[in-house]
Amino acid sequence: MRYRPALRPLIISLVFLFVALGSWEWSSQPPKATEALSEYELLMGGAEQEARVPPPSAVIIHAFNELSDPFYDAGPNDKGIGIQLAYSLYRVLTGFLLAALIAIPCGFVIGMFPVMHKAMNPYVQILKPISPLAWMPLALFIIKDSEASAIFVIFICSIWPMLINTAFGVANVRKDWINVARTHELSDMRTAFTVILPAAAPTILTGMRISIGIAWLVIVAAEMLVGGTGIGYYVWNEWNNLDLTSVIFAIMMIGIVGMMLDLILSSVSRWVAYEE
Amino acid sequence: MTKKYYVKVENLVKKYPASGKNELLTVFENCSFGIEKGEFVCIIGHSGCGKSTILNILAGLDRATEGNIFMNGKEVLGPSLERGVVFQNYSLLPWLSTLKNVTFGVRARFPQWNKAKVIEHSMKYLELVGLTEAVDRKPAELSGGMRQRVSIARSFATQPKLLLLDEPFGALDALTRGIIQEELIKVWGETKQTVFMITHDVDEAILLADRILLMTNGPFARIAESVKVSIPRPRDRTSVIHHPGFYKIRNHLVDFLVSRSKELTASEAGRAEMQEIAAATHPKELDPAADSQGQHAVVSKVRSTINVRNVK
Repeated sequence: MRYRPALRPLIISLVFLFVALGSWEWSSQPPKATEALSEYELLMGGAEQEARVPPPSAVIIHAFNELSDPFYDAGPNDKGIGIQLAYSLYRVLTGFLLAALIAIPCGFVIGMFPVMHKAMNPYVQILKPISPLAWMPLALFIIKDSEASAIFVIFICSIWPMLINTAFGVANVRKDWINVARTHELSDMRTAFTVILPAAAPTILTGMRISIGIAWLVIVAAEMLVGGTGIGYYVWNEWNNLDLTSVIFAIMMIGIVGMMLDLILSSVSRWVAYEE
Repeated sequence: MTKKYYVKVENLVKKYPASGKNELLTVFENCSFGIEKGEFVCIIGHSGCGKSTILNILAGLDRATEGNIFMNGKEVLGPSLERGVVFQNYSLLPWLSTLKNVTFGVRARFPQWNKAKVIEHSMKYLELVGLTEAVDRKPAELSGGMRQRVSIARSFATQPKLLLLDEPFGALDALTRGIIQEELIKVWGETKQTVFMITHDVDEAILLADRILLMTNGPFARIAESVKVSIPRPRDRTSVIHHPGFYKIRNHLVDFLVSRSKELTASEAGRAEMQEIAAATHPKELDPAADSQGQHAVVSKVRSTINVRNVK
């Protein structure tokens, strides 16, 4: 076989997966029955008294079944994984876009005027470290709608990284580029759109990536609280159903969707990136 | 001195807040000079004497503490498309291609033009600096010399009435510098723009300039002398050094930079001489190569009517 260094990470990766899944599978096997099962044991499905984490083989089979029909809807307690993820994505994207709509223009103003930065910075610093879920009771009381409250929680957690990164990116646009705009007599608006925005775009996109990552983390917890629909509700509901196979499957799906959200934004940021 | 200048700088003063002190530090003061239309003027001085500040004030990017600048009879109060700037670090927008960097300037200058005309005009100037091959490349994919060519093309394409060059070749290697200097002469020869350029390179100044302004060391720097380069054009790098006047000018400039720039601010006699210049509101005019053309060395002596002792 020819030596191909590009394959090495793939091989190591596959070996790791095999070892991890193998040991998980091996450790989750129920003990073999040593004698014939009693009538009671037959009824209970085996000699085992102790509940176990389902093995990966069971999760994979379950995932295959779920993913072959992801959008079925058989009542509030039994919806396909696709529907649940779609609810969560809808909330995350709505909250995130609303936050972007406010954070990016505000970040622009804070970044362009040092006086605004000084004036607003204390509030940002106090509001930023608040866990977004701490807003939940207040949101429920004021908005009186659990759906909108979940979106508000996403909104409030997405806003800070975008606001801070936009302000930082705008404030640190190279003076030379601003001078180029000034010597070309560009209006403030045109300077903002043709010089400052493209110059700060990579930093703004970094803020958006951080925001959407946090939003996806928070939505699971928010939906566990709010209930009804969504992947967070699904995880908690399957825990109440004692269906750990579904819980593990949902965990995997949360990871995959989160990764995809990040991949989308990282491809956008490649598009606006520039080299100095 | 009643000469009508196109650009007139009168008693320019710049003071900066010094760190840890209450009073202001004077970088330069009593800077007065003029530039004629179509003239190529270089300014030389040691680092810290405020050359770049003067250029930025001319560009409208910085404000003088005292003094005025007039261009074509109008006071310079802010940046304008009438004054193009080529910055030392090129200042190209890195997210735009070579062509887009030039059209950026052209579109700002001629907003009424359609797209085709903007591109045609931009390409003409990119051609002048020999960059037609690289129009789609981003600045990061260009060498330093090519980037500076783009920057030069951008500022010439906007056809400013005054072109300000802030040490445009400072970051380039000697070979590239020589080539771009000749391109600059070529473009300048075709457009006959008025140019004000900062340089550290004495040979570069003699090659390019009609007149060279010499600054003393800062703080309290002044523009002491205005040296005429009476070497006929067209000049080029290889032949200019054989002109009989070349070394006379060069020696004068080097002597100024090495010893006199310091003495004029440090010694009593030097300060007195500077006071005369300040009172005359124009630098001392010299023509070291005049002998080579059979003229007198000093074109006009500074005549002062103010008693030197009264002006401390």
